[in-house]
Amino acid sequence: MTPPAGKPQRVVFGEALVELGASDPRVVVLDADVSSSTQTRLFASAFPRRFFNFGIAEANMVSAAAGLATCGFVPVVSTFALFLSLRAGEQVRAQVAYTGLNVKLVGGYAGLSDYADGASHQSVEDLAVLRAIPNLAVVAPSDAVEMRQALRAAVAHDGPVFLRVSREAVGEDYDPATHPFRLGRGIVLREGADVTFVATGTMVRLAREAAEALQREGVSAGVIDLHTVKPLDEDLLVRAANATGAIVTVEEHSVLGGLGSAVCETLCARRPVPVVRCGIPDRFGESGAYGEILARAGLDVGSLCRAARQAVERKGAR
Amino acid sequence: MIDYQTMRRDCLRIRNRIVDAIHRARSGHSGGSLSCVEVLWTLYSAVLRHRPREPRWADRDRFILSKGHAAPALYAVLAEKGFFDPAELATLRQAGSRLQGHPDMTKVPGVEMSTGSLGMGISAGVGMALGTRLAGRDSRVYVLVGDGELDEGQNWEALMSAAKFALDNLTVVVDRNGVQLDGTVDEVMPLGDLAGRLARFGLAVHECDGHDCRSIHEALLRAAGERGRPQAVVARTVKGKGVSFMEGQSAWHGKPISDEDYRIAKRELAGAEGGAK
Repeated sequence: MTPPAGKPQRVVFGEALVELGASDPRVVVLDADVSSSTQTRLFASAFPRRFFNFGIAEANMVSAAAGLATCGFVPVVSTFALFLSLRAGEQVRAQVAYTGLNVKLVGGYAGLSDYADGASHQSVEDLAVLRAIPNLAVVAPSDAVEMRQALRAAVAHDGPVFLRVSREAVGEDYDPATHPFRLGRGIVLREGADVTFVATGTMVRLAREAAEALQREGVSAGVIDLHTVKPLDEDLLVRAANATGAIVTVEEHSVLGGLGSAVCETLCARRPVPVVRCGIPDRFGESGAYGEILARAGLDVGSLCRAARQAVERKGAR
Repeated sequence: MIDYQTMRRDCLRIRNRIVDAIHRARSGHSGGSLSCVEVLWTLYSAVLRHRPREPRWADRDRFILSKGHAAPALYAVLAEKGFFDPAELATLRQAGSRLQGHPDMTKVPGVEMSTGSLGMGISAGVGMALGTRLAGRDSRVYVLVGDGELDEGQNWEALMSAAKFALDNLTVVVDRNGVQLDGTVDEVMPLGDLAGRLARFGLAVHECDGHDCRSIHEALLRAAGERGRPQAVVARTVKGKGVSFMEGQSAWHGKPISDEDYRIAKRELAGAEGGAK
């Protein structure tokens, strides 16, 4: 993938949070000693009374956010996606999702984007874990524009939302004036005839590049930005399956339980077509250069093109 | 003013309701429900600012039952206070009932936080204490934890944060009944000098007889008078209090009450009623 030229997505998040904090006094921010990494430090300097650093204690932080939400505040809970979904996973389930409280969970350093730190810090199971919990919306914005819009939409939404944020640079790929972001609604970025890429988060950009490469080979590939992994835009998926008869899912997450699984669950029930899932194979991550470990996981243009051709070949096969 | 003698009789009525509900449900946690009756009743009768007809009143004090398995006790107290009809207690743990096995804040008026998975209540109380303070309200927040529950590390994360944020509007009450599911607290995971530990975590610690409403009330008042730091009230209690064969027995942590045991328990409670008059 061509590395995007823009700011790290976490910086976009941190700046957008300050804007929200200025316009909405209900917004309070909690972090677990990683505010300099997640960029909630920007909010902390702007609104020190509304920022709470809970130290390296994610479980306590998430539960405290639930308490703050009962007082009418809109807590934005920030730490690495791994710790939010797994270390504090039960607190998310018991006190945020089960209660339906108005807490926004922002998981930074998602996927392999904390590339150098290795498997101990890379979050490739968060979508699977959180998607299985009732009441919780799960969103992975793809670029800077969508990051800002998704954060605004999450705070405007009454109920628990998880936002997945990359450590690394994203583009300003969309036009904020026309980008039609709505929670739970996928966006068709490119119409295709032969196959459709359904991508989420940072991998939308990769899917677009793969679609262009395929066009040069004479394969017509559509691209859908499915930023909301839950609730899933099922009707849009069925339309794509009808239109192209083959789907390739793309996510910076394990191939088990995330976007690919969600798409298969829906299409098996409503419109079975060949689906090839691109994502991190069922193994732990590793340290290395970001582009290199993504490619080793099969997340590069060449692998996506192969997956698309495979999906097309399977059409009509028995 | 406060008639502790009447409160004592009220607590007997609540014990009867708890035993009735758990017997009828054929499951539920008798031991830990009976150990916290006086603490709950004192809180709801003499301490908490609340409006049963307006359970989400913005200026109310908050109570979190962190040891959510004592739900039958909380439900009985809320019903006595008029948050809902006591007749509903008969639906405990039945499909379709609001009275789930563990408290669900989205269903039951007066329940401030859903609990059941242990160790999370103080943290939620920290959030509420921060929230009411930030909103400029003088509401106080009370959390009841079991002593066995304190095995969970999250409690201690929560206490550290309560001290850091100087939450003097937060009081943690420990139901120190000394017994957990698998045995005594000393056998399963000793707490040692609990009051000392709580103090070293930055809390102002008070102790009381957890079955004497006057002693509980006085300790809670002393706690509420502390400034600049959160407080703990360690209430010495007996698991299964009021039913002789349940008292101090870990086996009665969560055992169904058989018809035979129910008859004996009710007879004992009736005898105690005579004594309380």
